[in-house]
Amino acid sequence: MSGNDHGGAEHLVKMANDIGHFFRAEPLREDAVAGIANHISRYWTKRMREKLNAHLAHDGDTGLEDLPREALRRLNASQAPAAQPGAH
Amino acid sequence: MLSIVEKDLGTPESESAQLVTLTIDGQDITVPAGTSVMRAAALTDVKIPKLCATDQLEAFGSCRLCLVQIEGMKGLPASCTTPVAAGMKVTTQNKQLADVRRGVMELYISDHPLDCLTCPANGHCELQDMAGVVGLREVRYGYEGANHLVAEKDTSNPYFTFDASKCIVCSRCVRACDERQGTLALTIQGRGFDSSVAASQNVSFMDSECVSCGACVQACPTATLSENTLIEKGQAEHSITTTCAYCGVGCSFRAEMKGEEVVRMVPNMDGHANHGHSCVKGRFAIGYATHADRIVKPMIRSKISDPWREVSWEEAIGYAASELKRIQAKYGRDSIGGITSSRCSNEETYLVQKLIRAGFGNNNVDTCARVCHSPTGYGLKNTLGESAGTQNFDSVMKADVIFVIGANPTDGHPVFASQMKRRLRQGAKLIVADPRSIDLVRSPHIVAEHHLKLRPGTNVALINSLAHVIVTEGLVQEDFVRERCEMPSFEKWRNFVSHESNSPEAMQEITGVPASEVRGAARLFAGGGNGAIYYGLGVTEHSQGSTMVMGIANLAMATGNVGREGVGVNPLRGQNNVQGSCDMGSFPHEFPGYRHVSDDTVRHLFEGAWGVPLQNEPGLRIPNMFEAALDGEFKGLYIEGEDIAQSDPNTQHVTAALTSMECIIVQDLFLNESAKFAHVFLPGSSFLEKDGTFTNAERRISRVRKVMKPKSGYADWEITQLLSNAVGYPMNYTHPSQIMDEIARLTPTFTGVSYDRIDELESIQWPCNAEHPEGTPTMHIGEFVRGKGKFLVTEYVPTEEKVNARYPLILTTGRILSQYNVGAQTRRTENNRWHDEDRLEIHPHDAEERGIAEGDWVGIASRAGDTVLRASVTERVQPGVVYTTFHFPESGANVITTDNSDWATNCPEYKVTAVQATRVSQPSEWQKRFREFSETQETLLKSADVMFVAK
Repeated sequence: MSGNDHGGAEHLVKMANDIGHFFRAEPLREDAVAGIANHISRYWTKRMREKLNAHLAHDGDTGLEDLPREALRRLNASQAPAAQPGAH
Repeated sequence: MLSIVEKDLGTPESESAQLVTLTIDGQDITVPAGTSVMRAAALTDVKIPKLCATDQLEAFGSCRLCLVQIEGMKGLPASCTTPVAAGMKVTTQNKQLADVRRGVMELYISDHPLDCLTCPANGHCELQDMAGVVGLREVRYGYEGANHLVAEKDTSNPYFTFDASKCIVCSRCVRACDERQGTLALTIQGRGFDSSVAASQNVSFMDSECVSCGACVQACPTATLSENTLIEKGQAEHSITTTCAYCGVGCSFRAEMKGEEVVRMVPNMDGHANHGHSCVKGRFAIGYATHADRIVKPMIRSKISDPWREVSWEEAIGYAASELKRIQAKYGRDSIGGITSSRCSNEETYLVQKLIRAGFGNNNVDTCARVCHSPTGYGLKNTLGESAGTQNFDSVMKADVIFVIGANPTDGHPVFASQMKRRLRQGAKLIVADPRSIDLVRSPHIVAEHHLKLRPGTNVALINSLAHVIVTEGLVQEDFVRERCEMPSFEKWRNFVSHESNSPEAMQEITGVPASEVRGAARLFAGGGNGAIYYGLGVTEHSQGSTMVMGIANLAMATGNVGREGVGVNPLRGQNNVQGSCDMGSFPHEFPGYRHVSDDTVRHLFEGAWGVPLQNEPGLRIPNMFEAALDGEFKGLYIEGEDIAQSDPNTQHVTAALTSMECIIVQDLFLNESAKFAHVFLPGSSFLEKDGTFTNAERRISRVRKVMKPKSGYADWEITQLLSNAVGYPMNYTHPSQIMDEIARLTPTFTGVSYDRIDELESIQWPCNAEHPEGTPTMHIGEFVRGKGKFLVTEYVPTEEKVNARYPLILTTGRILSQYNVGAQTRRTENNRWHDEDRLEIHPHDAEERGIAEGDWVGIASRAGDTVLRASVTERVQPGVVYTTFHFPESGANVITTDNSDWATNCPEYKVTAVQATRVSQPSEWQKRFREFSETQETLLKSADVMFVAK
């Protein structure tokens, strides 16, 4: 990310994909998605999540990969940003 | 010269548990077996004359002054080399002994200048003392014969002078260099009368291998080796114990003072982290504290193109507060934030995060650990259960296999490196994983068994292949894992690393490390006894930094190397208070004690104590702050003691973000690079000017003690308090001890910590609470902090920073012994004599291909930017890899580094940047712009009369 996407959210897409690359090693998809969702919940500001959501809604195919996309969808559905203490 | 306040017992302490009773001058004394007669006598306050002995060094027995009589033994044995024995009867004073000692002293003095009154050691010279003790009244031999009185002084070192005319050839300096520092730079050359101390092959100290640690100066019993400040200023009259403000070793020092002037810094023999040793930075490089560049008066300006205007503290604080409130009113509560620094004390960082959470009303606080060890906190918390190293430094003395990964201790953590090298010289085995041939790989009496010279960016591939060998060759400590770890997580991890794709043979194409080396290293680590891992920023500053930390924890757990002395996972923290600044809640998602802001119980605890509602959502990390600033959403920033414009990656991105803000408040000693973009400058205080605590890499909390008044009038914690009160959140501390008391009340791992308790114990390793009232040297004994240890699957994910035809080399960055971090401190000392510019290390093959010779100007271009450095052609780096340091702002090392970062923490990937290097003849465009901007800012500074003139 070179910083030339100000006002956009490409850097957030990259961040989410990077998180997804760690969790994709989980043998169960469910664990991977939960891990990504929990990580975003614990470390991202609410505004960052909102910007990524807006980016997805506006641009459709943004390069956000399957696992983080599913994690974000689940986070939005739950509308409960607080994470489980101790989980990664 | 030893400290003016310490008592030297002559020989080192014996660690034997067996006790021996003997009689010395009619007094019975019981001491551990192995204790010398000299030490036993000293413990009963019987002073045996000595010159070549000091309790910092092994007994040597050369001066023959400490002779005693022992019933039943022939002759007069040296008390320093004679161990105690049960029933031994020792006489330390009688006429025969007095005559012999006087004769010895007469010989010494016959070849020593009689200039005591003008000698720097006058009053604290051991030779002078001994002359008095033995009653020397005349020297019968005269001074006409051959002597050394006209020997020339070596003044090449900027910090100490070697006056050979005063040398008594006791070898204390040589032994200090050998035993304490481990550099072996000094020797005694010649025989008999011609014996003399020589540096390296009889060259000047400055041209020798000497690393200026000062151990020889401290060990010298005369004025042969004296600090130049001692020569210039004379003897100190009082001493105050404090903690070094440089690296994460956190050495304890005695600041020897004349009034409010530091005469010299002497490492504290009782210091738990350093045991009386030091490095060139901590002992000598304190001149920055009184450097003429220091700014000691507050300044403000509306725009960064305006001249600075000196104002009163009231006006500066008032302006800063009004701007912060204006910005919040206009752009919203979350439009401002702050950054704490690992160069600040625990109390200072605690106050800054409290100001932001309670005063600003948001969680937009971050710290410079973001760009160094944030992956350590993340990785260790999720595997072992605590965001900290597991051991104390002394633990290394019980290690059998030392595995150093991505760390360069002899440069970055020199005092601990000396301890590590001592253990290695005793026979512990060494494995080094590093792209470069760091000094530790081959140094005097030390050779690494395995140097895993991996390609930058392939750490996780390497750790997985090591784990593969351990798992597939049956080297797992199954009992430990079964008893101490979560078995489902272990099974999942075992299945993962067992896969053929993680084998050394498969991974060697990626890592560049031959499979046989990996297999050998894995077998040695798993089967060589106590295995201890030490790692640094070469682990964390990668796109997979957190993954690698987890991989290290996995390896330690699988081999049973956690939970006792001699083992463990040991992050070597870069700056003095990295651990502490993280402990104190400097991260945007955590309250002090690493408790998430979304935890209702914890948040309610802080809300109750601080009297305001607190946000339950994480705030912005530093790189997120930059993005938000460039998006127009983040407009105000309070920076205490940190220089993001120099230290953070992709400089042009950072400075663009800073330029876009409306109020930047910098609290610092100097007009650093970030301050050139600031609107308010609040002059900070050096570590000599305030009280507080630092927490080092071993979780050790040590006192920082004020030895002089703050040059600007306020200590940093007071400035934060003024700002807090001005923004409308009242703080009324009258001493930093009250801040620590509040931390202890609110943080379970600190409940037993107080200034009184630290004074009592000298230092405390947290957790310190009812369960561990004296602290915790070794963590995870019997049980991990999280209960069962958790293995995590660590798939290797290659960095997106790829080499290609345009950028065919990998740049990696690091640090050097004489300079520290962004260099704001060390660049303003004589340490520049060792390193006055950042250079680009390049392999001879790569240099030849490009027509680059030693000293040539080289343009380094990456996808982020370009800069120009001079070349240093060396085989320390492997072909395809170039290396530089980042101590000088004009070098622009971070103009080249990119925005790539660790997936979990956004710690920048400083260690992998694809670059091209070409021979050039002029500075880069960025450097030209940098110089122009810096000159403009310096001109704008001159309009205000705010500089401190060193007296």
